[in-house]
Amino acid sequence: MRWFWIDRFDEFVRNRHAVAVKNVSLAEEHLHDHFPGAALMPNSLIVEGMAQTAGLLVADAIDYNRRVVLAKVAGAEFYFDAVPGDTIRFRAEILDLKPAGSFTKVSSTVDERLQGEAELFFAHLEPGEGVPKLFEPDELLKWLDQMHIYDIGRDESGQPLQRPDW
Amino acid sequence: MPSRDEIFEKVKTALIDALGVDDDEVTPGATMVGDLGAESIDFLDIVFRLEKSFGIKIPRGELFPEDVLSSTEFVSNGKVNAAGLAALKARMPFYDLTKFEQNPSVQNFPNMLTVEDMVRYVQSKVGH
Repeated sequence: MRWFWIDRFDEFVRNRHAVAVKNVSLAEEHLHDHFPGAALMPNSLIVEGMAQTAGLLVADAIDYNRRVVLAKVAGAEFYFDAVPGDTIRFRAEILDLKPAGSFTKVSSTVDERLQGEAELFFAHLEPGEGVPKLFEPDELLKWLDQMHIYDIGRDESGQPLQRPDW
Repeated sequence: MPSRDEIFEKVKTALIDALGVDDDEVTPGATMVGDLGAESIDFLDIVFRLEKSFGIKIPRGELFPEDVLSSTEFVSNGKVNAAGLAALKARMPFYDLTKFEQNPSVQNFPNMLTVEDMVRYVQSKVGH
């Protein structure tokens, strides 16, 4: 089992930005105790959704040839709670990308109201730099398909992304 | 060319944003690791912010010379040797290595970097 904190991508422009959607539902077990009678989506898990949105954008930008690991959350702020029934839209933007790491900014909105924002840093690690293999290629590809990246993704010149042949 | 004070103010903003420290903690003499709590990933964060703020490019290893500090050529028994000190001075003339030379243990290097060193580093970059 993996943690999936985004349901699909609506926009994905290589090297630039991505928009992903997360539908918050009372069917999610973690909301049952958080809190009984007043369920709300934990902002820590919203950060996970932000990181998955930005992390896949970064991983695509470097051809998935390094392990992209969330290294630091800087300046995260939240303005109200997301609750069951809400659709959260994450918008991630790559601010800078280097071989060793990347700097992204991600916002979360509900009904076009700014719910939260954070700066996320990712380390790009080579195999052997202390992080186990994160995905088998076919497993990763299934996730990317599920996220509709190759249905809606575009490169910087507007051409559709090519689904990799792993 | 910006003045030293202008550079200090922008470096200070970058450090406040990157490290979540208070305004009054960022003094010229404050050490990056000991006083401000910087960890290794924070140096990457600081590089991104300084590049953006000053419009400069910071090559890997220039602000924090991890390649020298992990080289068997430049480190013997956990201490930077004479060749390593020469390499550090040549690479980073903006750092004051006087204190470090007294006990050039690799683990002491991050502890000796100060805010003023960051300011001098940026001065060396914007001055060219």
